[in-house]
Parts: sequence; C-alpha cells; structure tokens
Amino acid sequence: MEGHVLGNAFAAAIVLLAALAAWRLRASAFWRERLGEIARRRPIATVVVALYLGVALLDSVAWRDAQPGEASVEARSLLDRAFPADFRERSYSAPLAAVEFYGGAALAHPGRHLLGTDILGRDVLHLALGGARVALLIGGLTSLIAIPLAIALGLAAGYLGGRTDDLVFFLLSTLASMPSILLLVALIMVIGRGPVQVCLALAVTSWVNFCRVVRGETLKLRELDYVSAARALGVSELRIVWRHVLPNLSHLVVITFVLTFSQLVLSEAILSWLGVGIDGSWGQMIDQARDELARDPIIAWNLGAASAALFGLILAVNLVGDALRDVLDPHTLRERT
Amino acid sequence: MLGYLLRRTAWGAATVLGVLLFLFALFFLYATPQDVARRALGEKAPPEAIAQWLVNHGYDKPAVWNPADPLDTRLAEHLRRMLLFDFGRSDADDVPIAQRLRDGVGPSLSVTLPLFTLGLPLALSLALLVAFFRETYIDRVGVVLCVLAMSVSVLVYILGGQYLLGKLLRWFPISGFDPAPSVLLRFVALPVLVGLLAGVGANVRFYRAVFLEESGRDYVRTARAKGAGDARVMARHVLPNALIPVLTNVVVEIPFLFTGSILLESFFGIPGLGSITVDAIQSNDFATLRVMVYLGALLFIAGQVLTDVAYTLVDPRVRLG
Repeated sequence: MEGHVLGNAFAAAIVLLAALAAWRLRASAFWRERLGEIARRRPIATVVVALYLGVALLDSVAWRDAQPGEASVEARSLLDRAFPADFRERSYSAPLAAVEFYGGAALAHPGRHLLGTDILGRDVLHLALGGARVALLIGGLTSLIAIPLAIALGLAAGYLGGRTDDLVFFLLSTLASMPSILLLVALIMVIGRGPVQVCLALAVTSWVNFCRVVRGETLKLRELDYVSAARALGVSELRIVWRHVLPNLSHLVVITFVLTFSQLVLSEAILSWLGVGIDGSWGQMIDQARDELARDPIIAWNLGAASAALFGLILAVNLVGDALRDVLDPHTLRERT
Repeated sequence: MLGYLLRRTAWGAATVLGVLLFLFALFFLYATPQDVARRALGEKAPPEAIAQWLVNHGYDKPAVWNPADPLDTRLAEHLRRMLLFDFGRSDADDVPIAQRLRDGVGPSLSVTLPLFTLGLPLALSLALLVAFFRETYIDRVGVVLCVLAMSVSVLVYILGGQYLLGKLLRWFPISGFDPAPSVLLRFVALPVLVGLLAGVGANVRFYRAVFLEESGRDYVRTARAKGAGDARVMARHVLPNALIPVLTNVVVEIPFLFTGSILLESFFGIPGLGSITVDAIQSNDFATLRVMVYLGALLFIAGQVLTDVAYTLVDPRVRLG
C-alpha cells in the first residue's frame, strides 16, 4: 500500500477513536467534569496541544492530483496545499529574504519564506509544521501498540497472580533492565529502519511503564470490597475485570499516556540524531542543522524552528499532563486538600 | 536475612539470563547470520568470503540444537562468552571488543563521575530549597523553571552549550579529549555543564515531590509540635527519610556512569563507551552493540540488587518476606 493511503487511514483511525472516546466520555459526568477542569486550569496549553493535533491531522490527509500519464506526482497533504506547489529555492535563504544566503542570487519566491529555507531550499516553516504529523505518529502509533498489550498483560498478571504474574514480572524486569536508548537502537538496527519499525521499538520499551502501572493498580483493586461482592454474587471473572477493574484504572492509563507521550517524542529526537529516526521529524531537522551553528555567519533558523516546535509541543503536553494527574489521580487530590 | 539476600540474587541472575536470551533472539534468530555478514562485508561480497566470515565469527554453528554436540551451538557460545566476559571481536573491523571497552572506560568515567557527583548534590539541594519554600513564589517559579528545563531536548542543550560557551564566549574547547591531567578539565568542563543543565529539571522536580510527600507525614507534625523549626524539620526529619526513594533513583543512574552518556560523548568527541556505541551503530557492528546492551543491563541489575540490600540496612520497615 502507498504511504499516503496509510497516512489517511491512520488519520481517519485517530479521528474515529477520538470521536468514540469523546462520545463515551460525554456520557460520564466524572470525565466531563474533570476534562473541563483541565481546560480551565491550563487553557493555553490545551489550545496549543489542540493546534498541534490540528496541524498534524491536516498533514495526514493527503491525495494525489489526478494527472493521467504523470505517475511520479507525489501525494500532497492539506498542509502542503496551504503552500504554493513549487515552494522551493536552490539553497539557504534567511527568513523573509529576497536573495539567497550565499552568493545573493535572486529567489524564486522573494520575501515569502517566513522562516527561511534549509540547505536544500525547502521552506523551514513548512518542514516545522510537518514535524507535528511525525510527532503524532510517534505518540499515537506507539501507544496503539503498547497500551492494549500492556493492559492485557498487566490485568492478567495483577488479577490472576501466581505463575502468570511471575512470568509477566520477569518479562518486565528483563526489558526494564536494558538501557532504553541502547535497546531502542538495537531493536531498530535489527528490525530495520522506518516509521513503523521505530514506533514498534518505542512500544517495546514504553509498554513496560504502562504494564507496571496497570499491574500495580489491579493488585490493589482486586482486594477491594466491591470486587469481592461481585464475586460473591457470581459474576464471572472476565466480567469483573471488564466492568469493575478496568474502568477504575483507566484514568491511570490516560495519565501515563500523556506523560509518556513527551518522552516518546524526545526519544525519537535522540534516535534521529543517532541516524535511526523517522524522516521529517523535528529531531531530524535538528540533526541536519547541527553543523550550521559552526558556519560564519551562522544559520540559526533551521535549528531554531525545529527546537521551538519541539519545545512548544513538549511543554504544552507536560503542562496538560501535570494538570491531568492533579485532576484525575485521587492520590494527589488527597495531598492538595 | 540471608535467605532474602539469596532469593534477591537468584532473581537478579534470572533477569540477566532473560536479557541474554532476549539478545540471542534479537541478534541471532531475528537477524540471521547471513544478514549480519552481509551488513559487515557489503551487499556484493562473494559467497566464499561470507562463508569464511561466518566461520571466523562463530556464526556458522547451528542456532539452538546441534545433535552431534549439544554444547556446540550459537546459543551456548553466546551464553558462555557473555557470562565469562569473553566478548570476541568486533563485527565491523575485527578489533577485540574487550580492548575497546578497556580504552573507553576511563574517558567515560572522566565525564560521568563529575556529572554524577556534582549533579546529585545540586539537584538535592535545589529540591530541598524549593520544598522548604513550598506554596510561595519561590516554589512556583522553581517548578515552572523545572518544567521548562524538562521540555527542552538534550540535543538543543548540547548544540546551544557548544555554541554559546564554546564558540561565542570561548570559555571551553568545543570538542575533543586529552587524558593529560593538566588539560583534562578544560575538555571535560563543557560536557559536564551541559549534562548538569539537561538533567537538573527532571531531578529537582522528582526530589521535590519526594520531599513534599514526606513533609505530610505524621512524624513531621510531631516534630513541629515539639517546637522544631522549619529548617530543622527539613534537615533532620524529612531529608533522612526521603533518602530511600532518592536512593532508588540514584542507583538507576549508576550503569550510565560506565556506559557513558552516548550523546554527550559523541558530540564532544570524548572517546568513551558512548562513542564506541555510536560508532557501532554507524558501522552496523552488532557484536559491539550486543555487548554494550548486555553490560548496561548487567550493571543495572547489579545496582538494583545492591539497592534492595541497602534498603534492608537503611530502613527497618522493609519486610524480608
């Protein structure tokens, strides 16, 4: 299947999942109230996260213009379509410059590149906005792989205990004992480079976190009175897990997801620097720009744009994540009052 | 007590075995010897050269089961070598890996040791300060600064530090290494500074949370009721009790003292174990990468076992059940 078709499917899946989650959460007074509280506490960070998501989705929906006979036309996303079709120069140009940075030849689009162009003449603003899609892919796809697996194994380990628990715990401690960057690199080098492979490797290292949280909470929940009561009433074990245990640890999964998200994106930046990242990520922009500070006069707009875009997303996600933890986790609630 | 120590050590040994099996599955089963050879020799290598390379590197043996001699398999060879620290030669250039490791430990330690010994007291004292002034502006500003510092990528710290302190202010050389004691400090100072800055945000925030959690306990209220001042409560009551979670966090970082900081070392041209790892990645050297993952995991597990032992000494409440 072609890249842009997969991208469209991924975007559709994300929107569908989000809509489904929103529909389910609207029905619950608890979630409606708590999520509203977060937007009230961190209005700016919430809006910033939403903006990044919007840009990422715009860049995920792509199609090819019907031009029979020209098979090599690349699919362009909605975001690409916001820029002119051949928005390229030959090499570096400063933000809003009319001429090239070196040599001073006239630009094809003088004064139109808000953040300048990179060594290949690509518009930096366009690249920086495009990085949002990669960040969403990293966070989204990785979580899609890691969370269901972690919930299933964590629930099984915590609820069944005994041999199952020993096995899952052994798996967890084995994976957790390897230094995560080294493990990531080793995985990617062996299974190959590419966006899906990187997400798979990130999932292998990050599911440990989720699984530990789910297992720990399940161990606590299964001892509670309402679980015993359900068992005494003859409710089947599967139904107990589904109806009584899972909903009571869902908030922890949400908190862990948001707090892990920024870690994932930052890890990918390091992987990009090590040469095994995902094409088009901010990490890769930073990597390509690393020698530009040594030039004279220096070229700072590439590095600046990528770092600022990365910093903005991570900061906003961290702030929302903290608010989420304060609002959703009864443990911290107790501490505040 | 002895029983607990033995059980804990046995669990650690089992985890080491798990890591070895995982590495075997990844590097010997998923990546076939043919793949590895082709990556080392190039796509166009003649079949005889590949066959010879496989024999030289011990990749020609059966993977798990050899009916003629059950111990002559790649699995047995892998386990034997790793457990005896006989790491063999690099896949890329046939240099003995053990020799590389010996050469790399010194430079790695010269960066990570100061980073660790300066970073821990710095983070702890900042966290104590912020926790001491909790719910005042100092606390709020401190927390905001921590979140800001945490949100910047390490790459940006490194590039920014190199540019600002190395190129613009010319305080330190931009990169390089010389083990001679007279100039070592000049080369090591910049990576240490950058490392401190990159790590301090997350650590201060974590330690602050630990201190605040301890400040809410009953014994703190008792101490205060007896008339102990704020400073005394923090220093004599909260700090010692908070050291247990701190210890856990510290031990986790010990393997990185030896394996080095991959990013700092390769950016600043320090020929330590981190640089060796980066070289291994760039030259598709699976043998070296495997050894680095194994050593990292081994140190981590040893650290964990030691912490658990230390717990039993530090905290009488830890049950040995």
